[in-house]
Amino acid sequence: MLDYLPTGIQLTYLLAASLFMIGLKQMGSPATARKGNLLGAVGMLLAVVATLLDKQVLSYGLILVAIAIGSAIGSLIAYKVAMTDMPQMVGLLNGLGGLASSLVAVGEYWRIVSHGQAIATDVNISIIASILIGNITFTGSMVAFAKLQGIMSGAPIRFAYQQTINILLLVAFGVGSTLLIANPADLAGFIGINIISLLLGVLFVIPIGGGDMPVVISLLNSLSGVAAAAAGFVVMNNVLIIAGALVGASGLILTQIMCKAMNRKLGSVLFSGFGTASGTSVANADGASKNFHSIDPEECAMMLGYARSVVIVPGYGMAVAQAQHAVRELADMLERKGVEVKYAIHPVAGRMPGHMNVLLAEANVPYSQLYDMDDINSQFETTDVALVIGANDVVNPAARTDQASPIYGMPILEVDRAKNTIVIKRGMSTGFAGVDNELFYQDKTMMLFGGAKDMVGKLAAELKQL
Amino acid sequence: MSEALIGALFVFVLASFAGFEVINKVPPTLHTPLMSGSNAISGISVIGALIVAGSDLNPNFSVILGLLSVICATINVVGGFLVTDRMLQMFKKKEA
Repeated sequence: MLDYLPTGIQLTYLLAASLFMIGLKQMGSPATARKGNLLGAVGMLLAVVATLLDKQVLSYGLILVAIAIGSAIGSLIAYKVAMTDMPQMVGLLNGLGGLASSLVAVGEYWRIVSHGQAIATDVNISIIASILIGNITFTGSMVAFAKLQGIMSGAPIRFAYQQTINILLLVAFGVGSTLLIANPADLAGFIGINIISLLLGVLFVIPIGGGDMPVVISLLNSLSGVAAAAAGFVVMNNVLIIAGALVGASGLILTQIMCKAMNRKLGSVLFSGFGTASGTSVANADGASKNFHSIDPEECAMMLGYARSVVIVPGYGMAVAQAQHAVRELADMLERKGVEVKYAIHPVAGRMPGHMNVLLAEANVPYSQLYDMDDINSQFETTDVALVIGANDVVNPAARTDQASPIYGMPILEVDRAKNTIVIKRGMSTGFAGVDNELFYQDKTMMLFGGAKDMVGKLAAELKQL
Repeated sequence: MSEALIGALFVFVLASFAGFEVINKVPPTLHTPLMSGSNAISGISVIGALIVAGSDLNPNFSVILGLLSVICATINVVGGFLVTDRMLQMFKKKEA
């Protein structure tokens, strides 16, 4: 019977890989997404159980303890995390996945070397690749996590010769790898490439600003998949390779979507600053003499209450202020007054792809009221009031009109085409891109100054008295 | 290159293409859950971790690294699937 076991294990792996494939497919549609996630989890469970039955696994006690510890921590953070903190959560999990992959490679290397066996060049290359990708994913994700969590500043950290240092480190990694392939038992070289790859991860993420985090998180997500696939090459296991490749592909697709939505090239996100060169000069050129109209909550509530249609444009500022529940209450009141309310969601609203949708879903905003950029833009012309809450760059008409602007060409929500626009904002400061927003100075734009939650609450109170 | 490595490369490249096809059309609403769900799947390295952790009866250095890896990967897997389910549950709730 034991003779059938290896075949059975391999077939179970095949089943698990298929479940991942079907699960991811179902994750693509709102109706089946939850089931898809469940299928993925079942696939994972099958793969784990099959592996534990493998002859290669000799002892169970400590493994079960490790699984128990991991499961306990994992479920704890999954239930505790606030929805606004999802980007950090995903960043942290990405990092742990990367670390796990590189530890597999280090552990396997150590096992072979300590048994005094020779490492085949194939295996050695796989180990080196797995260490490189896994470690970069690990430290890169940790830096992204620290930036998003506010442990370190979200501002880009740059210093002289940054690119040169990166290139030198890559060269050093290449040299170390070559030495290691020539002499696999070279412990110093092995430790060296580990340290270099850990450093590379840090250096890769610190120069990237907070506003580019959706791109970075997506890219690290992709890398964590590739790291798992690389670990699969080390232990020669197809289910790792397939699952890793799937995740690598999905992360890459999301990265592309994010870059497109921000009109950024992946290369420029990774290797250059944003709004540092041209942006400031644009802001200073003609900023001083402009007039804007400010409005008080009472007046604003009247405009909203007597409108036929209102489009709410939530930005990250709303999420930071935790105003999503207040916004939803305001929207409900407007609807009871017979106002048609829609939400316009920019693809990069929030700090990771689709983040705003999750936040609004948490506040029980009906799915049918959420509109993607492409669907809503044609409707602004017939909208009475566009209410912008904590968004800036994604509604800046300069992206359409001003070729000199650093955000020129970025797809935006065209709120300036609405009959009136109300912008809730703390002050006249610029958004992440560091560019002045033409929208704020238009005749039909009213500025309502104050914190998002505070102002939305006041609007609701005023609306009650109408 | 050995035949095993070539075979593994075939699997990797073809699975990547399959991945692009499977995930290409996803509405923005599902981007965050897709990311955390696929993130959980990348915790598949738990399989490699189990093999390394179980490779010796004595808890030597390899085994310890393997066990650490099992912990990290399990957090990734369990945390990822659960938080994804939590999110998707919210999407469900208000359709009813």
